[in-house]
Amino acid sequence: MNIRVKVNGRLYEADVEPRTLLAYFLREQLNLTGTHIGCDTTTCGACTVLFDGKPIKSCTVLAVQADGHEVMTVEGLESNGQLHPLQSAFWEDHALQCGYCTPGMLMAAYGLLQTNPAPTDVEIREALSGNICRCTGYMNIVKAVQNAARKMAGENQEAIEEAAASGTSTD
Amino acid sequence: MVFPNAFKYEVPTSVDEAVRLMTEYGYDSKVLAGGQSLLPMMKLRIAAPAVLIDVNGIQDLKGWREADGKLRIGALVRHAELEHASELDDKYPLLSRTARWIADPPIRNRGTICGSLVHADPGSDWGAAMIALRAEVEVQGTEGNRLIPIDEFFVDTFATSLNENELAVAVHVPTPGGPVAARYMKLERRAGDFAIAALAVHIVLDSEGRVAEGGIGIGACGPIPLRATKAEEALIGQPITEETIATVSRLVPEDADPADDLRGSAAYKRDLLRVFAARALREIAEELHGRVGDE
Repeated sequence: MNIRVKVNGRLYEADVEPRTLLAYFLREQLNLTGTHIGCDTTTCGACTVLFDGKPIKSCTVLAVQADGHEVMTVEGLESNGQLHPLQSAFWEDHALQCGYCTPGMLMAAYGLLQTNPAPTDVEIREALSGNICRCTGYMNIVKAVQNAARKMAGENQEAIEEAAASGTSTD
Repeated sequence: MVFPNAFKYEVPTSVDEAVRLMTEYGYDSKVLAGGQSLLPMMKLRIAAPAVLIDVNGIQDLKGWREADGKLRIGALVRHAELEHASELDDKYPLLSRTARWIADPPIRNRGTICGSLVHADPGSDWGAAMIALRAEVEVQGTEGNRLIPIDEFFVDTFATSLNENELAVAVHVPTPGGPVAARYMKLERRAGDFAIAALAVHIVLDSEGRVAEGGIGIGACGPIPLRATKAEEALIGQPITEETIATVSRLVPEDADPADDLRGSAAYKRDLLRVFAARALREIAEELHGRVGDE
């Protein structure tokens, strides 16, 4: 079956078998191997991507279901060679050890910060409760998400100030 | 690598078309909504339908509306939508209180309310909640629509009273006629797991502060979600006092049918239900106190 799906802003057309799961389509047909497959049973969250802006587990959605929809993977976080604030915060705060769960953690955290730019620790833990990490004990992950939230708020503030200085409106 | 058996994929754009496909393929087909139970079962080859009928493109199954003394929740409404629907909290507080306990956030972004009900897992959170709310499931088949009261909906584990070619299109929740409060209580071994035991309590008061409607649904303690009938009978018409709470909470486990399993012993689960009922009723009484007169 032919599908058209936008991934990280780029439109792809592909022929997929209906039983192909989205995670495998991303990795094997689009070569976007940043999305990891951990448990393959909807438990671990390593395969978390955004589907129409919301985190979902891509091992539990069919690729054909993405036809006409938008997907964002971990590869979509970086822009112009610059790490996203979430990625730099994970680096700075040592929020990973082996890194296997990291793409899923980043996408789940990204989804949270889109709707809740200043979450509490409890809200972060709740939002990441579908993502399992066996290395960190989660402390540094929560810390990194807080750090990223501050960085992103700072970037927004800078953008507003720059716009004000140059006399253009941000509305 | 875990993937399903091959299947034919159908994408109807209307309920009529979905029902026609279900009639054509019968038991060889399965309806795919959120897919958060069905796809894992297909990946493990516990389910291997020859045809998958994906209803995600049917607009009529989306969203909710209030009419004729009921809230009609479309079959494709995702758990996360109800979790965050703050506009429903005043009249239907049990919806968000239940939704936030289902699995984990990414699963809640995908899974649907009617998909969960039709799957009929006895541990389903919506099952217990819909029992407490005295909901009705609206189904459509070739003969038209009918409403199935929730007490007649669950037949056995993973079995409902839906006919082969009937599609669940919505769930109807009665609009309360007075001050309302609710609690969903659940204990799980770890975040996102199925319940060890769960209890949904929905209370509507009359103008004198007595219980006009009381619904208590029991989850994960029997082959299907169960109603705490004896406890409900003891609750109706009563003010929520310490005495009422003690009586009602003792009666809740009497209608449960838990099994000893890896999640706990039957005796432990019964006691959990008693504790849940007491906590839920106490919290509800505290919440409603002030909006209604003391008894």
